[in-house]
Amino acid sequence: MTEPAIRLRDLRKNFGRTEIIRGVDLEIGKGTRHAIIGPNGAGKSTLFHLISGKYEPSGGQIFLHGEDISGKLPFEINRQGLSRSFQVTNIFPRMSVFENVRCGMLWSAGYRYAFWRLVDQLRDLTEESERILEEIGLADRRDIPAGVLTYAEQRALEIGITIAGGADVIMLDEPTAGMSRSETDQAVELIRRISEGKTLVMVEHDMGVVFDLADKISVLVYGELIATDTPERIRGNKAVQEAYLGTAEEAEEMADA
Amino acid sequence: MSVIATTGAATTRRATFRRLAVWLVSAAVLLILPQIFTSGLAVTVMNQMGIAIVFALSYNMMLGQGGMLSFGHAVYFGLGGFFAMHMIDWVDQQLFVFPIYLTPFMGGLFGLFMALVIGSFSTRRAGTVFAMISLGIGELVAALSLILVVFFGGEEGVSGDRTTGPGIFGFNFLQDIEVYYLIAVWVLVAVLFMYLFSRTPAGRMANAVRDNPERAEFVGYSQRTVRLISFCAAGFFAGIAGGLFAINYEILTEQNLNATTSGGVLLMAYIGGIGYFIGPIVGAVIFTLLQTVLSGYTDLWVLYVGLVFLATVLYVPTGLTGIMMMHVPAWRLGRLRSLVVPYLTMVIPVAMLFCGLVGLLEMFHYRNGAPTGEVEMTVFYVTVDFTSPLPWAVFTALTLAGGYLTRRLAPAVAASFQAATSYDAKGSSA
Repeated sequence: MTEPAIRLRDLRKNFGRTEIIRGVDLEIGKGTRHAIIGPNGAGKSTLFHLISGKYEPSGGQIFLHGEDISGKLPFEINRQGLSRSFQVTNIFPRMSVFENVRCGMLWSAGYRYAFWRLVDQLRDLTEESERILEEIGLADRRDIPAGVLTYAEQRALEIGITIAGGADVIMLDEPTAGMSRSETDQAVELIRRISEGKTLVMVEHDMGVVFDLADKISVLVYGELIATDTPERIRGNKAVQEAYLGTAEEAEEMADA
Repeated sequence: MSVIATTGAATTRRATFRRLAVWLVSAAVLLILPQIFTSGLAVTVMNQMGIAIVFALSYNMMLGQGGMLSFGHAVYFGLGGFFAMHMIDWVDQQLFVFPIYLTPFMGGLFGLFMALVIGSFSTRRAGTVFAMISLGIGELVAALSLILVVFFGGEEGVSGDRTTGPGIFGFNFLQDIEVYYLIAVWVLVAVLFMYLFSRTPAGRMANAVRDNPERAEFVGYSQRTVRLISFCAAGFFAGIAGGLFAINYEILTEQNLNATTSGGVLLMAYIGGIGYFIGPIVGAVIFTLLQTVLSGYTDLWVLYVGLVFLATVLYVPTGLTGIMMMHVPAWRLGRLRSLVVPYLTMVIPVAMLFCGLVGLLEMFHYRNGAPTGEVEMTVFYVTVDFTSPLPWAVFTALTLAGGYLTRRLAPAVAASFQAATSYDAKGSSA
């Protein structure tokens, strides 16, 4: 069997004496779209922060393509081919939309800290950035400061920056949060396109989106995984339904999806 | 698709051409300026401006481009200057042969080296921590300059003779005008390279880290390394400015690296506008004019510079360049003319406010320092007796009336500005 894209072994995180992640074991196979769901406060975002290097694990290990990345810094993990988006929009507000995307690919294109090359002469970067702007539907916003985009546009840009570097593991933290129905539909199509042939990990509250996109779903409750399975079997899983009883609305939504 | 591609290429070519034109025009202006302003004083002022331009732009590589607020940038200016001054002395003592006109580059290298040493720990964080470290280092080096006499020359500083090295094209920099052309060439080259730096991957990521250091880390960049590179580049160009200072004045003292000089460069960059590449250039020119010309008229010039700075921070944080740039939309829409009348109506109240305030300040200042028996002074070419209540009453009235009218008229002017710059104003519904 091939090495999974991401493997977590007994991953733990506590803040002071509060345990947020309490021993998570998980394997996310190459090329799958994997969703992590769970009630509010279950630790989904914390799990994301641990994998992407924003937080350092209190215990356990994280492997990216078989390599131990636990405790590495965000930029080191990014250079190994993992790129993530944020739940709260996290862009470069004073730079143009185009430059936001271009900044997302400078490192992976091999330009690093170069101070002897001019970015405007790097035609490959310009073309690739424009292609991504086309893809995320912001081509006509190219030259305006990213900070003045509408909320939905900033969410799209957030994804654009995340995929710009061509990472093969993409992590999206609630990509459709706060979007209207039609905006969500567009976002789902976008995510489907950009995750083609890549490993996608996402946290999402919208069950419609989850069951539409995911090949596999993990359910996180109080810092522990209670199930990891295909969408059909998750829907029928007794433990999952019980965990969601507290939030009846989401349970209903799940039954409908 | 191919149509788009070709128009794209044409646009790029036109932009490149326009950019090239800007540099050529700048070079021509630098060449012609001494033919227009021929007096010795003018040349002195322009030399000082050139040095200030390089220094202020180097400062903005950190503040405007990299988001690092430094209170100790004069350290790299001063250290570069001292090193260049020693180079000039060594050449004079015939320790080795080195062309004097290249010493600013050596000053730059020394500034770069010091920035690398200090930046290695100060750029870990931006914000308050960075600002405090810069302040501490500034004080430390200023204090050291009175202790390490070998390098800093104690209180009298280090001086030398710039004319002894091998010349170039028959120039040996005996006269100020020769130094002017030397500085002009250095300014052009330094400004060009600072501009180009901002267009490199390292320069672009400096902007990204300024905007959002966290996100920069998640696209593969260490915020610390990005900052360190900008910091070193800023140190390098500050050192070049220091080297130019050494050639121009042939002396460096503790004054050139202390907190006053560090504060001065902050004022220049901020008044000019830190959000624009040319902002610090504008600021350096204005600041130098105030410093040299205004100081000839009044002792209070520092106070006025301070007031200009305060007004900038409070009312136009984008600086003087920002004010100019605000008018670009109106200019594009061809409505700049509609602003002439509203602006003219503002001239009188603002002038009243200005004259009243300056009059009061000057009288107050003069009264405190006047020799006994002396009761007359000159304000705005008018001789007044500061013991009589009349001038006090006139200036107070001017201040109050000017202030009141300015406040009354400001909303109307702001409204005309809005109308001139908004796209949906009448007449342009298309």
